[in-house]
Amino acid sequence: MDNAIEARGLVKTYRGGVRALDGVSLAVETGSVFGLLGPNGAGKSTAVKILTTLSRPDTGEAFVAGHDVLRHPAKVRLAIGCVAQKSGLDLQATGRENLLLQGRVYGMRGAALHSRAQELIDRFGLAEAADRTVRTYSGGMQRKLDVAVGLMHRPQVLFLDEPTTGLDPEARVDMWNEIARLAGDEGLTILMTTHYLEEADGLARRLAIVDRGRVVAEGTPDELKGELRGDAIHVELEEHQMDGEVRRALERVPDLYDISVEARALHARADSGARAVPLVLASLEAEGVKVASVTVSRPSLDDVYLRHAGRAFNEADQEVKKP
Amino acid sequence: MTHVISDTLFMTHRHVRNLLRQPAWILISLVQPVVWLLLYGALFRKIVEIPGFGAASYIDFLTPGIVVMTCLFSAGWSGMDLIEDIDRGVVDRFLVSPASRSSLIAGRLVQGALVGVIQSVIIVVLGLIVGAEYPGGIPGIAALTIAAVLLGTAVGALSNAIGVLSRNVETMVAVSNFVLLPLTFMSSVFMARALMPGWMQSIATYNPVEWAVRAGREALAAGPDWSVVLSRMGWLVLFTLVCGWLATAAFRVYQKSI
Ligand SMILES: Nc1ncnc2c1ncn2[C@@H]1O[C@H](COP(=O)(O)OP(=O)(O)OP(=O)(O)O)[C@@H](O)[C@H]1O
Ligand SMILES: [Mg+2]
Repeated sequence: MDNAIEARGLVKTYRGGVRALDGVSLAVETGSVFGLLGPNGAGKSTAVKILTTLSRPDTGEAFVAGHDVLRHPAKVRLAIGCVAQKSGLDLQATGRENLLLQGRVYGMRGAALHSRAQELIDRFGLAEAADRTVRTYSGGMQRKLDVAVGLMHRPQVLFLDEPTTGLDPEARVDMWNEIARLAGDEGLTILMTTHYLEEADGLARRLAIVDRGRVVAEGTPDELKGELRGDAIHVELEEHQMDGEVRRALERVPDLYDISVEARALHARADSGARAVPLVLASLEAEGVKVASVTVSRPSLDDVYLRHAGRAFNEADQEVKKP
Repeated sequence: MTHVISDTLFMTHRHVRNLLRQPAWILISLVQPVVWLLLYGALFRKIVEIPGFGAASYIDFLTPGIVVMTCLFSAGWSGMDLIEDIDRGVVDRFLVSPASRSSLIAGRLVQGALVGVIQSVIIVVLGLIVGAEYPGGIPGIAALTIAAVLLGTAVGALSNAIGVLSRNVETMVAVSNFVLLPLTFMSSVFMARALMPGWMQSIATYNPVEWAVRAGREALAAGPDWSVVLSRMGWLVLFTLVCGWLATAAFRVYQKSI
């Protein structure tokens, strides 16, 4: 079995007519980390809920760990671990009690149950807090416990819905290391959703960008970045310039694309930034345009996201957050 | 099937443990029936003198009523905890696991039943201390407890159904307040049925609270008529099954809405 997760044409409409998923297809290679990106309300959690048997799609099909999510949900449940966006911890229980109950409903008993709980407590650095009620935990500790609970029964496939949201930078790096280790040493297949592009870039072998219930881009981080031809060139001008003049100057430079000029800033793309920069500077000078600074950068996932989702990440976020 | 039972026990364990971690709750649920028994016992002491009341001592009459009322009121709030679990994502976490779906409600009901048994015993003992007599003896007390716990289980299931459908604490409080007290007064918890207005007596015939009180009181009497006790118990069992079915259906509605 090559793909631990496969989904085809998932559609999900909620009561009230919200189309949370509008034909989502995904494939996640066994043993890899897959990143699901997208703004608030894009449908990431809905996809996770369907793949984890919590919710049923209107149409479409999905297979997880080789089992049909709709026909054999019980088999899927045994094979997966899930860390939902909403924690799901019992606040009145201790960390250890949460782990033990989780293990018990998966049929774990006795010494195996207790030693597995202890192992996870140690691994996630929760030893001191393990026997305190979860109500006393910090947000970061709760998130770690969430992941530990999801791993309790040693699942083959792990779903992480925004595992690092709300974590401080240090805790976030810890979580990244843990995710990388799970996928590396333990061979888990991991599907994670996130808002952080750099997180997906660093961890995921492949990723999909979802917007309004559709996959708008899919590939390895490098492929997606490669789709944006070449490097980004960003020039800051000393004085406000007329768009027309500058543009005319730049159009004479070979292999320069996507030119845009706004007030004192100028953006363009080139196959090779290093080769294009001297030509850009020369032609600007010829027009008498004074340059304040030049930067050349490799395309980032932010650029990819902006291009595919067609609107700024922040804009989309705000759109949905409004009640 | 064994897995339904073991999961229910695991969930019961969780709920009981969490209750024990709330000292305020323990205190209130122990003190409340005591207050009811002593307060109402003193307040209505003289009504046995009304001709046709049909009991010699009010405390004898009241004790089974308070046992039933206590189980009824505890059960009425059972859905609150479910609302909190849904809000926190606890229910969804178990739905993603192989945990038996019925255990998610059944665990709460078993916890309620255990609490009901303990409360019943406490009230019966307290009644004894303040002078109640139970000619029916241990079998009578057992029957009273079973009737009260059956009623509690049924109402607990209804409460969970309301909780899972409304998913809103305020609605839950409003519905419980609206239903529990009238149900109590339209039964013979405080007042002999013979002295109620005719229309209330008719309603009481269909009131599960009345079934539980009647069964309990009959069983505690000297030379009880067991056919009365068993028929009321039978209706309570039926009522519990219907409520259990309603709770299951309500839970399915929730699952569809995720
Ligand atoms: N249970 C539900 N009932 C009704 N609508 C829902 C439900 N769950 C999600 N939705 C709607 O479906 C859409 C997709 O939601 P979803 O939670 O999948 O987004 P998301 O990508 O996970 O967003 P976020 O980044 O904010 O977590 C949203 O418009 C949301 O309001
Ligand atoms: Mg989400």
